[in-house]
Amino acid sequence: MEKLGFGFITLISLITVTPIIAIVIYIFVQGSPAVTWDFLTSMPSDGMKAGGLWPAIIGTLYLTLGTAIFAVPLGIAAAIYIAEYAPNNEWTRLIRIAIINLAGIPSVVYGLFGLGLFVVFMKFGTSILAASLTLSIMTLPVIISTTEEALRSVPTSFRVVSISLGATRWQTIRRVVLPEALPGIITGVILGLERAAGETAPILFTGAAFFLPRLPQSMFDATMALPYHLFVISTQVPGMPIRIQYGTVLVLLIFVLIMNIAATVVRSRARARRQW
Amino acid sequence: MDKIVIENLTLTYSDGTESLKNVSFNIQANTITVLFGPAGGGKSSLLRVLNRLNDLADVTTLEGSVRINGKNILDPDVDVNALRRQVGMVFSRPVSLPLSIYENVAYGLVMAGMKNRKKLDEAVEQALRQAVLWDEVKDRLNDPGVALSGGQQQRMGIARLLALHPEIILLDEPTSALDPLATAKIEEMLRELKEKYTIVIAPHNTQQSARISDMAAFFLQGELIEYASGDIMFTNPKDQRSQDYITGRFG
Repeated sequence: MEKLGFGFITLISLITVTPIIAIVIYIFVQGSPAVTWDFLTSMPSDGMKAGGLWPAIIGTLYLTLGTAIFAVPLGIAAAIYIAEYAPNNEWTRLIRIAIINLAGIPSVVYGLFGLGLFVVFMKFGTSILAASLTLSIMTLPVIISTTEEALRSVPTSFRVVSISLGATRWQTIRRVVLPEALPGIITGVILGLERAAGETAPILFTGAAFFLPRLPQSMFDATMALPYHLFVISTQVPGMPIRIQYGTVLVLLIFVLIMNIAATVVRSRARARRQW
Repeated sequence: MDKIVIENLTLTYSDGTESLKNVSFNIQANTITVLFGPAGGGKSSLLRVLNRLNDLADVTTLEGSVRINGKNILDPDVDVNALRRQVGMVFSRPVSLPLSIYENVAYGLVMAGMKNRKKLDEAVEQALRQAVLWDEVKDRLNDPGVALSGGQQQRMGIARLLALHPEIILLDEPTSALDPLATAKIEEMLRELKEKYTIVIAPHNTQQSARISDMAAFFLQGELIEYASGDIMFTNPKDQRSQDYITGRFG
């Protein structure tokens, strides 16, 4: 009976994992011939039908970094407030529900919101700044809820003992709770940033450019970005060599994969350093 | 000398659980005062009032006064962090903070702002010696606290607050998770510590209460039923309810 159950679960896992593996292998086979050093580091040419991805890669790096700068401190601070300071009342519950729901809003809605608030109202124009802020707002719910989860998983007894030794609430959070929750927080942050790096819709109206002959010079410039570039070369450019399309997909995939691996490494390092 | 003077202390929680009803008694310095009685009688609540740890709980009413060295600690202007350094607490389950043994013991001092490494080293050693743990851990102070056994962690918990040079030590069922040998060590240590400190303890069983008490207070459903010296309480209690509880007729 147990064997049967185990076999069943294995089968289901295989069914789940197989399409993902198949897709990755397919992309790798189709895309890898295109991915050369030159492809990564040169500007696109001939109406993007030749040349490389350099400005899109740099753009995605800028956007991810910009998102991190805004979303990470704000998200962690918000999570600390909700998990450690906010009184447990209707209001707090409402905030929590709102955050969970925000995580479920389609990304294009964030794009339009960003267009209205950052591009038009705050007059940032279509720029790295506006796009990063839009991505930040989209990423915040993910960072807040995973960080809150990580903070709550720290045993209450640690807090009580720390307070009982005359530590203030903030000292307790700073010295005991945050270090304990750090691996979980880092995971949440990177998951959130990963989503930001891969999204097209939020940057569509707020900062992404179809094609730019030069790299962005400041945060008020628009930028090319990998996901949007992919969208453009897949749908907007007739006669696009399929090799370049798959090459771009592969680069985006690797970009996200690197962040994933970084998350895993950071987390396991943090775990190994504290063995309790 | 009366170290702690409790007058008409009444406490209720918002969920209506364990509370204290108009409790008044004095706790003398350099004694072991035992709070005993069935679960839910208010022992833990009382301990948590004495160092204001109850501030973290959902308390709806808190009336009366608790004076330590003549100062009412329930006053809103009391520096609770300083109070908690003065009135330390040991919990029923040994808790090692996710830090090394050294950092655990130095924790309170570091939080209080002490930075001098040499002074910290001395304080840690002294506290660990007082808690009869030094010889067992002196070669591995940088190991994580959880690497210690339950009994050792509980003594580390005591060392942690001794490092702060408190005046009063509160213990809430400190040996409930320990084996008899580890329990005996802690009881012996408490008898030595009372020379310097005022100890208030809620033991997890009546035998322990009888073994270590100088003074004993019997609590039943939030009320202080009887307060007497340990010798009288556990041989010849005056109140029928105390007698019934001690002889094992209920509880």
